[in-house]
Amino acid sequence: MRLELVPRGDVPGFVRLLAPIAAVATAILIGGLVVALMGRSPAAALDVYFLQPLGDSWGLQEVALKMIPLVLIAVGLSFCFRANLWNIGAEGQFVVGAIVGSILPLALHGAGAGPWVVVAALVMGAIGGALFAMIPAILRVTLGVSEILTSLMLVYVAQLGLDWLVRGPWRDPKGFNFPQSVMFESSAQLPPLIEAGRLHAGALAAIVVVLAAWFILSRTLFGYGIRVSGEAPKAARFAGFDANRLVVAAFAISGALAGLAGIIEVTGQIGQLKPTISPGYGFTAIIVAFLGRLHPVGILFGAFAISLTVIGGENAQIMLKLPLDLTTVFQGVLLACVLAADALVTNRVRIVRTVRA
Amino acid sequence: MSLTEAILLTVVAAATPLLIAALGELVVERAGVLNLGLEGMMAVGASCGFAAASLSGSTVVGVVAAIFAGMALSAVFAFLTLGLAANQVASGLALTILGLGLSGLVGEAFVGTRLDPVGRIEVPGLTDLPVVGKLLFGHDPFVYIALLLTIGTAWFLKRTHHGLVLRSIGENHVSAHALGLKVLRTRLLAVLFGGACAGLAGAYLSLAYTPFWSPGMTAGRGWIALALVVFASWMPWRALGGALVFGGATVLQLHAQAASIGLPSQALSALPYIATIVALVLMSLGRGRSSAVPGSLGMPFVPDR
Repeated sequence: MRLELVPRGDVPGFVRLLAPIAAVATAILIGGLVVALMGRSPAAALDVYFLQPLGDSWGLQEVALKMIPLVLIAVGLSFCFRANLWNIGAEGQFVVGAIVGSILPLALHGAGAGPWVVVAALVMGAIGGALFAMIPAILRVTLGVSEILTSLMLVYVAQLGLDWLVRGPWRDPKGFNFPQSVMFESSAQLPPLIEAGRLHAGALAAIVVVLAAWFILSRTLFGYGIRVSGEAPKAARFAGFDANRLVVAAFAISGALAGLAGIIEVTGQIGQLKPTISPGYGFTAIIVAFLGRLHPVGILFGAFAISLTVIGGENAQIMLKLPLDLTTVFQGVLLACVLAADALVTNRVRIVRTVRA
Repeated sequence: MSLTEAILLTVVAAATPLLIAALGELVVERAGVLNLGLEGMMAVGASCGFAAASLSGSTVVGVVAAIFAGMALSAVFAFLTLGLAANQVASGLALTILGLGLSGLVGEAFVGTRLDPVGRIEVPGLTDLPVVGKLLFGHDPFVYIALLLTIGTAWFLKRTHHGLVLRSIGENHVSAHALGLKVLRTRLLAVLFGGACAGLAGAYLSLAYTPFWSPGMTAGRGWIALALVVFASWMPWRALGGALVFGGATVLQLHAQAASIGLPSQALSALPYIATIVALVLMSLGRGRSSAVPGSLGMPFVPDR
């Protein structure tokens, strides 16, 4: 017995939109099964994971807060993934963006500088992330080294670098020996969007990035080059697109957005540097990118779904004593379901009984 | 036991899980499939192996459970990439995330439990030989299994008919299919073998290397094993050498930290990862890497009827 894939030919657009929704539904079913296997009530888990965070403005703000880094990173990754480039080191670019972006706020601490500091910090964070992403990009372009492994190895290097900084040169001297920097001054922090709310101006940056990415990918020659080089590398070469420049550009964009996400997280939410500033946004964003079908607007929805599970997972840990790893399992299952759904939309699966001659 | 001897023993111990996982992945990649889920399969092997061993009280049961856990996860990967021709890189990442989560769910109940580490095999007389005695005859069984695996995969790939079939499928799946070779079936078996090896490597971590389970204990070893396959240019014997180099980097870091040589400890912890990047760069500088990479690596295959 074996599976046989039969291409479906033309698939209407709305069916392609249904695929991620079907994937989410399947993943929820499997997740519920896991919860049941753990001897807990799937209905209660479903309620805490997916409904309660949406019930009040506090929950909604938390969901939106988690969406900011996920959207920024995933939109950047979609440039790489579309071009068939596998940057899986966004987590490291996030951390380096946070480090480089923090240079000015920390150097000018107590100098009474104006709110231009936070703007400069964001720019420097994006540049830092982009430069860090240049390492795998240039190694690939010049030496043909696989970007998959180099970008991932650099994640560990970046995390250890941050760890060294906050325990060494950047440690707050009045911080009771805690491994953390000083709190940024308010001029070096992103202002809240709503009075006394938690949601900060970084949300606007995320929206601008989504619109800009949509425009670049669908309306410019560069975006076209990215898409063609991923779908038909030979055609891209004949059309005169410089493959190496596309690699460097895609990595620069995704590195810059991951770095921007890092410094936005620090200036908008955490307010200082710590040994760990990300619960794995760089990796979760990979799921978000695929869930959004590598489309900037789709990514917005994908980030909403994933962010919901993260907040729901934190609530479930407190209220139902369900382990946080359950969220990770759900995210892994979800990515697998999304990939399967994509294949099932473009192909029909026939089960063929092999008859022995 | 002299200090050098002790250091060399720890190098072998650090190299063993890398070698076992890399050998499995090497066979998978020689068949033309890129499974990036090594880290997840190792993590599941580590936690399931530990859970089974502490529940049953038997290391052998633990090892078998770990192997099956790794295979079960790799079967999910096979379903996605071979059955549905999904993107291999993305499926591998899904496997990593899923595996790390599952290993946390399984292992959570066993945090703080300790098992007796797997004993070393000592051959009376031989183990007591000066200099080489401990190095050749003083390891735990996993080390010898890893050696046998190296010999076995090298022999299988180079000297058997099935090995030739597997390599030709990895080199060019269209031609292989045209010749009537079973592309998908061979790849399925290769992927399952890779899962079994990754599970075994995970079991080594939780049953022999550190006889307890802790979250995130694989610590990127799966990814280093993936780099090792490239470093070894897809040849089993070179994987053995490479594993010792990578294991050496890990141990060097520990000893350098103990000796406090003035560098921050984080710089030393980063050593294995930087060494991996440097190794990959050296490999590409060494020769035009064209010959070594299996031709169909990472490409999905849908047979036309």
